[in-house]
Amino acid sequence: MSKIVVVTSGKGGVGKTTTSAAFAAGLAKRGFRTVVVDFDVGLRNLDLIMGCERRVVYDFVNVINGDANLNQALIKDKRLDNLCILPASQTRDKDALTQEGVEKVLDELRESFDYVVCDSPAGIERGAMLAAYYCDEAVVVTNPEVSSVRDSDRMLGLLASKTRRAERGEEPIREHLLLTRYSPQRVDKGEMLSVDDVREILAIELLGVIPESQAVLQASNAGVPVVLEESTDAGQAYDDAVARFLGEEREHRFLVEKRGFLGRLFGG
Amino acid sequence: MSFLRYFRSQKRNSASVAKERLQIIVARERAQRDGPDYLPAMREEILEVIRKYIPVDQDAVHMEVESEGDCEVLELNVTLPERGSDRAANRS
Repeated sequence: MSKIVVVTSGKGGVGKTTTSAAFAAGLAKRGFRTVVVDFDVGLRNLDLIMGCERRVVYDFVNVINGDANLNQALIKDKRLDNLCILPASQTRDKDALTQEGVEKVLDELRESFDYVVCDSPAGIERGAMLAAYYCDEAVVVTNPEVSSVRDSDRMLGLLASKTRRAERGEEPIREHLLLTRYSPQRVDKGEMLSVDDVREILAIELLGVIPESQAVLQASNAGVPVVLEESTDAGQAYDDAVARFLGEEREHRFLVEKRGFLGRLFGG
Repeated sequence: MSFLRYFRSQKRNSASVAKERLQIIVARERAQRDGPDYLPAMREEILEVIRKYIPVDQDAVHMEVESEGDCEVLELNVTLPERGSDRAANRS
């Protein structure tokens, strides 16, 4: 049975698109037919992160309006053949996404994919609520920083009340916490909320911790989902997160800083 | 971990300040979230009525809706100012 997964956060700039790209590629790498959908109408960026920006012809809104069919709009990833991207529209009309339109497209995607990953825009406006409305599972991307944690909590409240599952009184959405831009050094110095702090406040299951890493910027520069950069810390952390998402047990890595004996003694 | 840290100032680190602030605000917002939409407006109106008689602070009224089984309980807590303070001014 296919699943719709929303990648959301409330706050902007915490790594939703990076996570959507990495997550979708991670699922596809494990053999699942996966499509990643950009819901950020007007601010299309998933195509850049996935490295397919020059192959965009039709977009999500074109499909909703019937200007193109789904197969014309879907872009096949060049690295993984069971991975597709549905780009967002660059229209400035913020009402371009309609609830019925989104439902129709998602239903059609469900037929040919195992996972539909929805990359939510920031905020709690229409676009973000539509991205979350039909989801079965949610990955809440959070930075260890006060405004991001607060916004994530707000978003969790909305997921529990404003989604289709909530409105119909069905089984609640499975919520996963993904902590990104984590710096063990700064946590160690008492300058940054620790993973346990954030967990305690948000009280949802921890899917993974992605360390602050140069690899993320480098991967986005190149248009490669960071999970495919298998030798990097962030790539491995995303791979672990996908494995846990699929039910595998994996120990959390990258939670302590790598330092030698002398560094531990005198640093900090 | 680092023994040098013991010799540094004992100032509270910013992460624990952040955690405490978050715990308070998140708890408050959750209490409001589960309540009906009219709660903040009702709180303001109740505050206004109380202020007609007693000078109370903006955050002197605490309101919470709790569900106990089938029934919902609206709990209202008003912290009154200390006796004697401002009373005379208010009576005029």
